[in-house]
Amino acid sequence: MIGRIHSLQSLGTVDGPGVRFVVFLQGCNLRCGCCHNPDTWSIYGGTEIETDEIFSRVLRCREYFGDKGGVTVSGGEPLLQAGFVTEFFSKCCKSGINTCLDTSGSIINEYTNALLDVTDRVLLDIKYTTDKDYKENVGCSIAKPLKFLEELERRQIPTWLRQVTIPTKTDDEENILRLRNIAKLHKCVEKVELLPFRKMCLIKYNALGITFPFGDLPEPSPERMEALNKLLISN
Amino acid sequence: MKHKNWDGFRPGIWQDEINVRDFIQQNYSEYVEDDKFLAKATARTTALMKKVESLFALERHYGGVLDVDTTTVSSLTAYAPGFIDKENEIIVGLQTNRPLRRGVNPFGGIRMVRQACKAYGYELSPKVEEEFRYRTTHNDGVFRAYTDEMRAARKCHVITGLPDAYGRGRIIGDYRRVALYGVDKLIEEKTKDKKAIGNNPLNTEQIRITEELFQQINFLKFMKEMAAMYGFDISEPASCAREAIQWTYFAYLGAIKEQNGAAMSLGRVSTFFDIYIERDIAAGILTEEDAQELIDDFVIKLRVARHLRTPEYNELFGGDPMWITEAVGGMSEDGRTLVTKSSYRILNTLYTLGSSPEPNLTVLWSKKLPQAFKKFCAKVSADTDSIQYENDDLMRPIYGDDYAIACCVSAMKVGKQMQFFGARCNLAKLLLIALNGGYDTTSDMHIGPQMPVLDCEKLDYDTVMERYQIYLQWLSALYVNTMNVIHYMHDKYSYEKTQMALHDTFVTRFMAFGIAGLSVVADSLSAIKYANVQPVKNEQGFITDFITTGEFPKYGNDDDRVDNIAKDMAHLMITELRKTPTYRDAIHTLSVLTITSNVSYGKHTGATPDGRKAFEPFAPGANPMHNREENGALASLNSVAKISYDDCRDGISNTFSITPDALGHSEEERISNLVSILDGYFGKMAHHINVNVMNRETLLKAYENPEDYPNLTIRVSGYAVNFCKLSREQQREVISRTFHDSL
Repeated sequence: MIGRIHSLQSLGTVDGPGVRFVVFLQGCNLRCGCCHNPDTWSIYGGTEIETDEIFSRVLRCREYFGDKGGVTVSGGEPLLQAGFVTEFFSKCCKSGINTCLDTSGSIINEYTNALLDVTDRVLLDIKYTTDKDYKENVGCSIAKPLKFLEELERRQIPTWLRQVTIPTKTDDEENILRLRNIAKLHKCVEKVELLPFRKMCLIKYNALGITFPFGDLPEPSPERMEALNKLLISN
Repeated sequence: MKHKNWDGFRPGIWQDEINVRDFIQQNYSEYVEDDKFLAKATARTTALMKKVESLFALERHYGGVLDVDTTTVSSLTAYAPGFIDKENEIIVGLQTNRPLRRGVNPFGGIRMVRQACKAYGYELSPKVEEEFRYRTTHNDGVFRAYTDEMRAARKCHVITGLPDAYGRGRIIGDYRRVALYGVDKLIEEKTKDKKAIGNNPLNTEQIRITEELFQQINFLKFMKEMAAMYGFDISEPASCAREAIQWTYFAYLGAIKEQNGAAMSLGRVSTFFDIYIERDIAAGILTEEDAQELIDDFVIKLRVARHLRTPEYNELFGGDPMWITEAVGGMSEDGRTLVTKSSYRILNTLYTLGSSPEPNLTVLWSKKLPQAFKKFCAKVSADTDSIQYENDDLMRPIYGDDYAIACCVSAMKVGKQMQFFGARCNLAKLLLIALNGGYDTTSDMHIGPQMPVLDCEKLDYDTVMERYQIYLQWLSALYVNTMNVIHYMHDKYSYEKTQMALHDTFVTRFMAFGIAGLSVVADSLSAIKYANVQPVKNEQGFITDFITTGEFPKYGNDDDRVDNIAKDMAHLMITELRKTPTYRDAIHTLSVLTITSNVSYGKHTGATPDGRKAFEPFAPGANPMHNREENGALASLNSVAKISYDDCRDGISNTFSITPDALGHSEEERISNLVSILDGYFGKMAHHINVNVMNRETLLKAYENPEDYPNLTIRVSGYAVNFCKLSREQQREVISRTFHDSL
């Protein structure tokens, strides 16, 4: 089956545990203000590639995966190409390669359910913790990712919740406590990761001639990140 | 044979013959736990190191050379004993009578010594000039025998860095033999060997060996004299850890006083030392702190070792290196690990004494190394950027379990094998010479087979390859013959008596050839094959540039279409080299290693079809060209791993720089991920990797304000350097290399 990819990163260490081969898919259904990959938005861009081709590349890296690593499919939004990812993950599962899906959880249908059958771990973006923020900044309701999380809970698929910490948007304690609460209510959640908002992607926005919606916001300080991380793991 | 100083050691054949490996195998204790036992530096060590640091600062202040003794020709007993701080040293011995004072060693070539003195504001004394007026140096001998074509190849830089004007190096004496057996026993054995040869009909080779044995025995006697000057009698075996380290160091010191070889490597001493240390600890006469102190003091001595070089030499081999390479770890043939507590102790010197390029600590990596040791190595790499890794699982089946690394990547059985070092030839330049039918545009010289300039609108892969092969054949034969001249003369006029006295009398010899520009050639041939390359000619009708249009696969992306071109080039080269016989029946080997000469090679090479502009640096060693990797670090490693070690038995060097962020969020993740990467890379039967975990910004800051970063160490190509000791040009090249980063 043919899919549309943005790029391949043979050495990924920050999208799931261990050393991972990361496939960035092309095309996204959301337009988050903090997005650092605006070049992955268009569903028409990128490169077409066969699952066999990606899989053969992955196989050549499997010696590096150790006992924790594997493949991660990120994006863009992988759920837009659920059929393609399912086929790719199935091949990985058959070869004993750990599969990890990095998603916003904003699409749920029979295809995404089939994909979860062959997914070992999910990195689920909980972009905000209120429906208002979701509607304002993401363009969908918070119900969708929460429903996706319910499905992960039902299947007990190990899940990492991830959130970009954006000053004035998600760096308040109330938000962190709500996020902590979501994690606590779901046994499938192994870990919550706060990713500091970064503006290195400004160049990409400029190159594409798009305004970086959060371009005027500052990056969070290491001290603030530390404090929020502490709060996150406190009882 | 028995000796009281061997009490407590398990007996074995090592008692009846010179066999350090057997001694190690019978007596060492493997260590599979973590680093928690390690001691910190003592106050004595810290004070001594402080003194050394201030000497280093002074040396930098004086432009890289603190002092030169221009009147004394360096040899084992030429100088009065020297000390850094006599009362506080526990391992003693310096190359000259003062720390960081460099001696002159004209046996390899007096011209280079003269130039080196001059470059640093000195003048070689008339006394030395007079002494050498009627004496033939290695350099004199070589140039008497060089053919016109050899001179031309050297002049136009298609073969460069040849050891024809200085000591060849890359020979590792088995310095441990002095500690285990004492010098008298070694003299006795060599005398026996000499007598035995005399009983046979003598041919040229046997007469040569007989004379060499005479010299070896003579210099073993000098070694005893040298030690006696420091108040030690090394006739007998060492009786304790301190003596074992001191005896071994005296042997190494003798070698570097006698020879100024390009690479003067140490071998594989830490596990050997461990046996003595553990015996003393068990006897209650040594503590962990004492043990670390002994290793620290030994390593301080290695850090102050120096040779006098010319600025031209530094262009090829930047950073004032000695390549005091110590192989650490690895596995025994019986399945035990050769990691001991002293493997940790020697790596720990990067903490007790701070990070440093020397000694060149080289971890022999095996999938089966204890997990705790793997993690410790990865931590040391991430913290200090001072160590390199080579594949024990690849080399052990070939060299056994008592081999070491000379220089950067050259494996040899300690005391049983040696090599004739041969620098490298420039394959990218050769491609341009081939296209121009035997004309080099950068030096304006005609060289090699003469034929018309390749006449075509678009370069055709098969036509280019056909022609390239003609020139590869020509260059290979010329290269082997040039090396034969060099090593014949080095044996004749600058024979390594001290080091060869610490080898078996009958050794295996390698002749180590090298190639530079492999990734440039691979990408250029790929462009010719898969894209459209139009040659651009100058007024004289020679090709000086190329217009390349269209996409082509680039080496470094795990793409077989181009990676196989690189792999085949190495195979083609060694196959051609093997067609010409070598001096003393040495075995032809090949390396893909450039030291820092990738900058210099680039400077002498015109534009290439891969899009590299004229005079731009090559990538170092077997690395893909800077920033051409599009699929991340593992794809890049996979490309390099495809080059076959069977073709390149002298080593395949890969320098890998990654930012801390790209390796993981936490220190624990970074260590664990680096271990996975090393396991994966070596699992693919790759040979070597230098690991740097750093941000480009650090280097940029050090480039702007070198005085703030005197100890910033970085692995460059089979060795490490103090970044601030590189030339500005070399620094810029290092900064421009690929840093694998997170997205």
